[in-house]
Amino acid sequence: MDLSGANLQLDSFEELATPLFDQLYNFAHWLTQNRDEAEDLVQETYVKALKGFSSFQLGTNFRAWIYRILRNTFLTSRKGLKVTMTVPLDFDDEEEEPEPAIERDTPETLLLARSSQELLQKAIDELPMHFREILLLCEVEEMSYQEISETLAVPIGTVMSRLSRARQSLRSQLRPQLQQDPRIARGTNHGL
Amino acid sequence: MVCESWKARLDTYLDGEVPQEELRTFDAHVRNCHSCSADALSRVQLKRAIQVAGKRFTPSAEFRKRIQQNMSPKPRRRFHVGWTLAAAAAVVLVVGTLTLTYLGNRSGRDQVFSEIADLHVATLASSSPVDVISTDRHTVKPWFQGKIPFAFNLPELQNSEFSLLGGRMTYLEQTPGAHLIYDVRKHHISVFIFQERSLPARLSDNALQPGQLSFNAETWSQGGLRYFVIGDASPADIDSLARLFKAAS
Repeated sequence: MDLSGANLQLDSFEELATPLFDQLYNFAHWLTQNRDEAEDLVQETYVKALKGFSSFQLGTNFRAWIYRILRNTFLTSRKGLKVTMTVPLDFDDEEEEPEPAIERDTPETLLLARSSQELLQKAIDELPMHFREILLLCEVEEMSYQEISETLAVPIGTVMSRLSRARQSLRSQLRPQLQQDPRIARGTNHGL
Repeated sequence: MVCESWKARLDTYLDGEVPQEELRTFDAHVRNCHSCSADALSRVQLKRAIQVAGKRFTPSAEFRKRIQQNMSPKPRRRFHVGWTLAAAAAVVLVVGTLTLTYLGNRSGRDQVFSEIADLHVATLASSSPVDVISTDRHTVKPWFQGKIPFAFNLPELQNSEFSLLGGRMTYLEQTPGAHLIYDVRKHHISVFIFQERSLPARLSDNALQPGQLSFNAETWSQGGLRYFVIGDASPADIDSLARLFKAAS
């Protein structure tokens, strides 16, 4: 490899990968649910991405590419394998439950009123991995359906249905938690 | 009941994924339907809450530093190339020291090539070996305008195995000059050009010879300029590049 070409490629990698460091770490920690494992996962992702950077086409979606590497690395780790073994293979094919009727005190309004960030984090944590990751990619990383489709290597239709099920699942988890929350039980949620 | 079909796509709408041609109709419905607008509002609230709650973990300063040190490609390269070339520089130094010890009267002519070899090695060990990166001689040559007190010609390389990587300014015995780096079959060759009359007398000796160096080198004087070609390429490659320069000058 000639000197200028190699430097240019390494510079490009650094330029693209460095700004994503915090986000990748956050996503890795949500997946692994452990600080040390998240650090190992991010480190391994960077090593793999740097090694495979020659196969990445400049001008295409680097973010989706490196997130896919991180996710695949996680899925092949011991914890990742354990997680995927507990997910039913047909979880995307289950029939969607009908949306609950609009309520005055929805989980959303209660959350807003109570700033129950901890409850929400706990509920996200308890989501199955496939729901948790797609929700984070959409809401936190603000990826488009196309980017999510590239990251997870699934069709856009699957992205839409899985996302919808993830949201429903989160709402169903939040509802009882919010009702059991003593702060809410003391209740000043009127008017919401 | 019409609302059910809208509601089924409310999340897609709020994610900004409804096709452009349907957007206006969707906007109009959500604005005018109390039930859908209330539903949209609560979903937006949940989206915002997830966005805030989702940004939960931050890497430690120690881990950030570790990644920057380990993952940054430049230091890795610098480390690798640096050590390789430092070893080469050490060889040059040992050769120089041995020459001094055993011969005791190392000539000024040998010293010139030792200094040129040091410049060559130090430059390649640098993280940015060239200040002007281009394979185009018409880009590299004008870059030296106003930086060095002379002009020179660069050879046409179209039918040769050599490629130009770029150039930088250099100094030999406080005399400014041009340093060009060429590539031939993954070997890097340096070409140094100085104004002959600006060099100390011992450096402009017509009888200059490379002497005992671990690199192959060649030098000549032409048109008031002193040229040095040095690298780890074969003597034939060094000579070929020298001949191209001689023909271009």
